[in-house]
Amino acid sequence: MVDSAAPAVELNGIWKRFPGVIANRDVNLSVPAGTIHALVGENGSGKSTLMKTLYGMHRPDEGTIAINGVDVHFKSPTDAIAAGVGMVHQHFMLADNLSVIENVILGAEPVKGLRIDFAGAHRRLTELKAAYGIELDLDDTVEHLGVGERQRVEILKVLFRGARILILDEPTAVLVPQEVDELFNNLRLLVAEGVTVIFISHKLDEVLAISDGITVIRAGHTVATVNPADVDARHLGELMVGSELPTPETRGSTVTDVVELSVRNLTALDSGKDARAVVSDVSFDIRRGEIVGIAGISGNGQYELVEAILGLRPLQSGSIVLGETDLGHLGVRERRHAGIGYIPFDRQREGLMMDSPLWENMILGHDDTKRFTNGPWIDTRGAKSECDQVISRFGVMTPGNDVPAYALSGGNQQKLIAGRELTSGPTLLIAAHPTRGVDVGAQASLWDELRTARAGGLAVLLISADLDELIGLSDSLLVMFRGHITAHLDPATATPEQLGMYMAGERQEVPT
Amino acid sequence: MRKPLNWRSISISAAAPVVSLLIAAAITSLLLVVSGFNPADVLSTLGGRVGDSATWIDTTQRAVPLYISAIAVAIGFKMNLFNIGVEGQYRVAMLATAVIGAAVSLPAPLHVLLCILVAMAAGSLWATIPAILKVQRGINEVISTIMLNYIAIGLTAYLFSDVFAVRIPGELNPKTKELPRSAWVPNLIEDNLHNLTGFIFLAAILGIAFYLIVFKSRFGFQLRASGANPTAARTSGINPKSMIFRTLLISGAVAGMVGLPQILGDKHTYSSDLQLNLGFDGIAVALLGRNSPVGIAIGALIFGFLDSAGRFLDLESIPKEIVTIMQGVIVLTVVIVYELARRLRERTVQEAASKMLEAGPTDAAAVVA
Amino acid sequence: MTATLVDSELPAPGPASPPFTERVKALKAWQRSMLYASVGLLTLSLVRVISGADDLTSSGTIGAALRLAVPIGMAGLGGIFAERVGIVNIGLEGMMILGTWFGAYGAYQFGPWTGLLLGIAGGALGGLLHAVATVTFNVDHIISGVAVNIVAGGLARYLSVIAYDESSGGSATQSPPRKGQIGTVTVPGLSSGLKSIEDRHWFLISDVAGIVRGVTSNLSLGTVAAAVILVASFLLLWKTRFGLRLRSIGENPYAAESLGVPVLRIKYMGVILSGMCAGFGGAFLSVVQASIYREGQTAGRGFIGLATMIFGNWRPGGLTAGALLFGFSDGLQLRSSSSVPALFLFVAFLCAAIAAVQILGKRPKAAALTSVIGIGFLIAYLTIDTVPGSLTYCTPYVVTLVVLATSAQRLRPPAADGQPYRRGEAH
Repeated sequence: MVDSAAPAVELNGIWKRFPGVIANRDVNLSVPAGTIHALVGENGSGKSTLMKTLYGMHRPDEGTIAINGVDVHFKSPTDAIAAGVGMVHQHFMLADNLSVIENVILGAEPVKGLRIDFAGAHRRLTELKAAYGIELDLDDTVEHLGVGERQRVEILKVLFRGARILILDEPTAVLVPQEVDELFNNLRLLVAEGVTVIFISHKLDEVLAISDGITVIRAGHTVATVNPADVDARHLGELMVGSELPTPETRGSTVTDVVELSVRNLTALDSGKDARAVVSDVSFDIRRGEIVGIAGISGNGQYELVEAILGLRPLQSGSIVLGETDLGHLGVRERRHAGIGYIPFDRQREGLMMDSPLWENMILGHDDTKRFTNGPWIDTRGAKSECDQVISRFGVMTPGNDVPAYALSGGNQQKLIAGRELTSGPTLLIAAHPTRGVDVGAQASLWDELRTARAGGLAVLLISADLDELIGLSDSLLVMFRGHITAHLDPATATPEQLGMYMAGERQEVPT
Repeated sequence: MRKPLNWRSISISAAAPVVSLLIAAAITSLLLVVSGFNPADVLSTLGGRVGDSATWIDTTQRAVPLYISAIAVAIGFKMNLFNIGVEGQYRVAMLATAVIGAAVSLPAPLHVLLCILVAMAAGSLWATIPAILKVQRGINEVISTIMLNYIAIGLTAYLFSDVFAVRIPGELNPKTKELPRSAWVPNLIEDNLHNLTGFIFLAAILGIAFYLIVFKSRFGFQLRASGANPTAARTSGINPKSMIFRTLLISGAVAGMVGLPQILGDKHTYSSDLQLNLGFDGIAVALLGRNSPVGIAIGALIFGFLDSAGRFLDLESIPKEIVTIMQGVIVLTVVIVYELARRLRERTVQEAASKMLEAGPTDAAAVVA
Repeated sequence: MTATLVDSELPAPGPASPPFTERVKALKAWQRSMLYASVGLLTLSLVRVISGADDLTSSGTIGAALRLAVPIGMAGLGGIFAERVGIVNIGLEGMMILGTWFGAYGAYQFGPWTGLLLGIAGGALGGLLHAVATVTFNVDHIISGVAVNIVAGGLARYLSVIAYDESSGGSATQSPPRKGQIGTVTVPGLSSGLKSIEDRHWFLISDVAGIVRGVTSNLSLGTVAAAVILVASFLLLWKTRFGLRLRSIGENPYAAESLGVPVLRIKYMGVILSGMCAGFGGAFLSVVQASIYREGQTAGRGFIGLATMIFGNWRPGGLTAGALLFGFSDGLQLRSSSSVPALFLFVAFLCAAIAAVQILGKRPKAAALTSVIGIGFLIAYLTIDTVPGSLTYCTPYVVTLVVLATSAQRLRPPAADGQPYRRGEAH
């Protein structure tokens, strides 16, 4: 069906810079019409930025975009839509209380006089549904739909506006296997009708199963463009992660054999209608003096696991034991008090009061300890002095301790939080991306702090996307994928292909 | 070295109320001009009252219940809870105080204390309803407190007229049984028409207590954290349901005291000509005062002054209702101007902080290479 | 080599719902309403016969109920327009006040219909103020609403003092009477025939006659106008482009923005429409129901309107039902307060029916609670002769709280209601 020689999409020499980081570095991408092309890479590799450029959400600093051989300059998504490009975002943009058809036609409603021509829209959508094999009840309320169906609504939305080039951003991130199969069937039908599909993903097995061509992006540039028939998951994993893994420094092990945290068969469900398991049958131990690292693309259950340990998410089944205490019936405050420190995933949302001065932020999470309180009163002087100590010891760049948190850069906010938690003397520290946004020098000193604390007997659960950090700090390495632990690795001997594979869904054969 | 940061931010904070008052005055003047009056007349009439001590006594007298009401509202505001139910809470409390206060007899200071406790308990009780509804059923407290205001109006009207009121021969309006002298709180200044209630001390105590509790206590920290960032608060161990409950109850207890100056200090009975609508005015004053005890005091005095001096507008044939409009306009302009000021201040502080850091190593540890 | 991924756990299926409640749920919304209405009518008729409170379904009561329902319903409609576009409108009361004032002024100067139009304009003004504060400046919606109420109250007084003096017959707190009256309409031929049926007090037949007569005799044209506005609003919101876009903004403004919908502009229009409805409701009060403007005329109906909106689940159909319900209890109390205890019997019967359904649905604890409440109402009926006006005054508010408390899960406010919106800030 494809008769044009020009590729449907051609990106040449795309550069995109943001303050402090180069997101896309001389990227080239060429997608033949009527094919499914996958864009593969880790978090932060630049693939999302590239697709946002293609969809007109921002302009490239350098480089050209050509659609069907014609150079285009998009000023906004409206221009991209007009050129036939449609994007299905990872986070759906749907109005739950409206029906499917209302969501699809919103903004492009066919009218008959003053009224919306629902009958006409119905007809057109039914044609589209039949042509592309999309199963949906047009009159159902979106609220009732499962995740796979919602995605189909998003796809129908772009098709209704005449999209011939579809960009799907991590489409299978939230789907269960049957839904993935359904999606792939739909994609094949679309392609058979001449639609071009670009598919962003980090799930290597799926990518190999469905795509006609694969482009791997790492650290902002195109690493390779391959034919799926020529590669296997191992190769792809290596390309994605890079063949150089940081080597851990040799050091004496400080791991004791006293178990501080013991997690057994932990299962937690999603809040919401689907109630699929976001954490599935997870078991591991962390000993005193040990750092256990969890690798994995974000969104595979790490955050929910932490929520479960902290008490913010109820368990469906399983147990969590800290030291001698079963945390099962304890609330968040009791668990923190029992000795859990937490460096959060999202520092602004979970760990700071942005308008409050730094010394007050020190009290957050510790408002029942003697360091900051005096009976029912806050010990302002004590808090300020503790704050000053953290500022000097952890190198927080700030004019003073009474500056509001919003005045600090992200990296310095992170240092403050890390300092706050480390100086509170926890027995278990949950550290999520502890050095995110922190400059290299301060990162090294934070790592030293963690090592020192570990040597003193601290048990650490480290979650990170920074492989240097993971390999460099962990005593043992777990990989999470879709809520399961897919592998236990020794950071000293783990290879890049292995890591990449497990992070992308390959399961480790566990001898029972 | 910290001074420049603070000065600019402080000057923005100080300018905001002045700017909003000016804008409000401008809008009101526009309205006056359009309806054929001279704003200068209004200004001079009101301004003329500034030198009159009787006006100031009256102003303070009016400000006292407004202050208490605003404090009650502000406690909720600190946690992003809107206790619009102050109106209903203080009405219920007034009736309870009048009835129970008249039914017992105790020596003087104890009797007054009892009445105060009854008022707090009644207000608190009325506030438990929206608290339970919010915590158990997730019902937004704005709607439930407004509904309860009206239920309170009906309930107190019924209880008053059908149960507790006594018709005294020779008097026009029914009242509840009068409180014995031991429950009377004397006025600070007694000057025929210009009295100053002794409850000004209660208001002052409440203001100090508000400051101490909200800004210096653990509970206050948890309160402000829950309002500033509910997610972070929850992650740090603060129990949201418990906070909602405690906050609404305390707010209700303070709200209950709004009517005390009238019941214990002035009328000594519950009747149908009590001062109403103090609940809604309290919201306005709390907004004007930005939920700070000193700001609220100033706000209460401003509103009180406008009400008091406004009476003299009639003598100049200017409708005194312009004062009410002014008060409403002030609320709106204040909120808008404060929001803009906040954004401006944030930007200024951020710029100043980054400039300061770029300027060279400070006392903070230098970056390790 | 392919990874075997574990199936995600599906939640275990719950106990099967009993067939009866399933069938009821399976009915379409309008069919369910018909069912409830018929059951309600039957019960009401039964109660009338038992208690002898003939005014329950007399044409006089029904007529009054309609008249009293209009302001509440219009305020609620105003609430729907605002909240469906994501703005909470506590200021409905103030917008209604402006409606009453401008309505009476227009009726005094020109005539009743002009009054209604001016009232709409006055409400629109209030809406504009609220819109500027909330949409452009992102002021908290509640605070802005409270401010609007304060300003509106003061403005009404101020304008009265300017516009009316002793010679015209008005004062600071009320206006001089209107010029002329809005006409009424009576469906010809039915009135006397229905009256005779009504007077026979037959079970069900007389009740229906009373209701029909109440609706078709002496029906104010203002009420007809309100009904037209209601139907037009429904069509606007659910059948036109503008309406779909408006509703989508209240659900997910960023989705609408991503599809090119002019969010800020439509938000403004929604809030102004909200004010216009509230203004009409207010004008109806001072022009149709009364003949003058009087201070405090609205008596919280703006807030009852909000409650009715919630009761009606943010839909015009439910809103109408709620407004009629509140209007009915208001009307009954006005015309014949001795009949009010008969309502207790009605509620007792309702509780019995609900408890029966709950027992069928295998919820014994809920059924027990409902039965206790029902018995309480039965005792109330048997022991109380008259309910004092101040307590019946509480009815709409108590009912709202009860509805909120019992159906909070099934209520569906617009998803983005009350949330600040800034262009381009999608996550």
